[in-house]
Amino acid sequence: MCLAVPLKLIEIDGNNAVGESLGMRRPLRVDFIEEPKLGDYVIVHAGFAIERLPEKQALEDLESWEELRDVL
Amino acid sequence: MSFDAGRILETMAALPLGRVQLMEVCGTHTMSIARSGLKSVLPENVKLLSGPGCPVCVTPAEQIDAVLELAMEKDVILTSYGDMLRVPGSRPGDSLLRRKALGARVEIVYSPIDAVELARKHPDRQVVFLGVGFETTAPGTAAAVLTAQEQGVKNFSLWSMLKTVEPALRALIAQEDFAVDGFLCPGHVATIIGAEGFRFLPEEYGLPAVVGGFETEDILTALYLLLKQLVEGEPKLQNAYPRAVSQEGNRLAQRMLQRCFEAREDSWRGLGRIPGSGLGLREEFSDFDAQKRFSIQASSEPAPTACRCGEVICGRLSPEGCPLFGKRCTPEDPVGPCMVSSEGACAAAYKYQQG
Repeated sequence: MCLAVPLKLIEIDGNNAVGESLGMRRPLRVDFIEEPKLGDYVIVHAGFAIERLPEKQALEDLESWEELRDVL
Repeated sequence: MSFDAGRILETMAALPLGRVQLMEVCGTHTMSIARSGLKSVLPENVKLLSGPGCPVCVTPAEQIDAVLELAMEKDVILTSYGDMLRVPGSRPGDSLLRRKALGARVEIVYSPIDAVELARKHPDRQVVFLGVGFETTAPGTAAAVLTAQEQGVKNFSLWSMLKTVEPALRALIAQEDFAVDGFLCPGHVATIIGAEGFRFLPEEYGLPAVVGGFETEDILTALYLLLKQLVEGEPKLQNAYPRAVSQEGNRLAQRMLQRCFEAREDSWRGLGRIPGSGLGLREEFSDFDAQKRFSIQASSEPAPTACRCGEVICGRLSPEGCPLFGKRCTPEDPVGPCMVSSEGACAAAYKYQQG
C-alpha cells in the first residue's frame, strides 16, 4: 500500500497533477506540497504527494527502483 | 558516496552488546528488510522484529466482519486498496473477494480520490471507501472527504479504520512481556508527523528511536545508529531519513488530518482496544461517515480465530513460529492478515524464504 516511488511532476493544475517515473505516468494530488513546481520530485502515497525530495536523492532512489524492477 | 554495507555489518558485529531486539513498525520496512535478506546477514545477537505497522494486519477480525456485512448492503459499491480484499474475517475463507464472487460490488482503488470519482459516476449507488492506514494515508483520505463535500458528492462516504502509531506503541510498551530494545521508526509516518513525533520513545521510556528510510542502506544505517545508542547507553531520537523527514513534519498534511478527523478509541489486532488510537470523522463531516450512514457496527468483542497474527504483530511470535505458517496459512490461502498483505510479516517471510 505504501510503496513510495519518487515521481517527477510533469503537469500541475491546482491540486491535481501528473507525475512520471520509469516511463509510467500517474495522476496525483499535490494538496500537501507548498508551491509545487514542474520538475519537482515527490514521494507519493495512495495518490497524494506527501513530500518533495531533493532531485539528486530522487534520481538515486529511482536508480535503485530501476534495478529492483530488473530483478522482479 | 559509496556505501559499504559489509563494513557497517562488521562494525555492528564488533559492538560490545549482548542479545538485542529491535522493532520496525512499518509494513514497507517489513517488506524491504525481507527483500534485502538483511535478517540473515545481521550479527547473530541482533534480532529484528516486525511490530504493528502493517495497516491491514492490525485491523481486527471483528472490523473485517462488519465490512463484509457492509459489502452485502443493497446499492453499495465498496472501494478499498487491493490488500483489503483477501483479508479474512472471523470465518475462515470469508473475505471481500469471496463476497464479490457472491455478488457484492467491490472495487480496488489506488487513491481515495478515485472512490469519490466513482461515486460521481454512479449517483444511484452508495460508494463507500474503506480507509485503512496510519498518519501517512489519513491526510489524503481527509482530502477525499473534503473533495466530496465541496463537489456535493453525497453518495460518497468513508468507513474509517484509520489509526495512529503513537498510542499503539505506548500500548505495546506497556505489555508485561515487552522486550524491545529500540525502535526503527516509520519513515513516511514521520514525513507527516515529523521526527519529533517519536521523541516520546527516548524521553518517556528510555528507548532508542531512529527514523529510517526504505532502501537497504537507509535501514542498515538506522539499525547501526540504534545499536550505537545502546552501546553508549544514551537513548535519543535520531533522524536517519532527513531527505524526506523534517523535525516538524508536513504541516499542510497535519492540518488536513486535524480538520477532518478526531482521535477515538479503536481496536487493534493483538493489542485490543486502545483509547485515542483511531481516527474518526469530526461531527461536521458526519454526512460522509459510513459508520453513521449504515446501521452496521463492528462487534466490541474480539472475534475468535485460529490466527495468531496478533502475537506476530506484537513481536512475541516469529512468522515461522506460528504452527499455521506455510501449512494451513499461505499467501494463496491465507488464514490471517499477516499472510495476506505483501507488507505483512508472514507474507514477507514466506516469499523470501522460498528464495
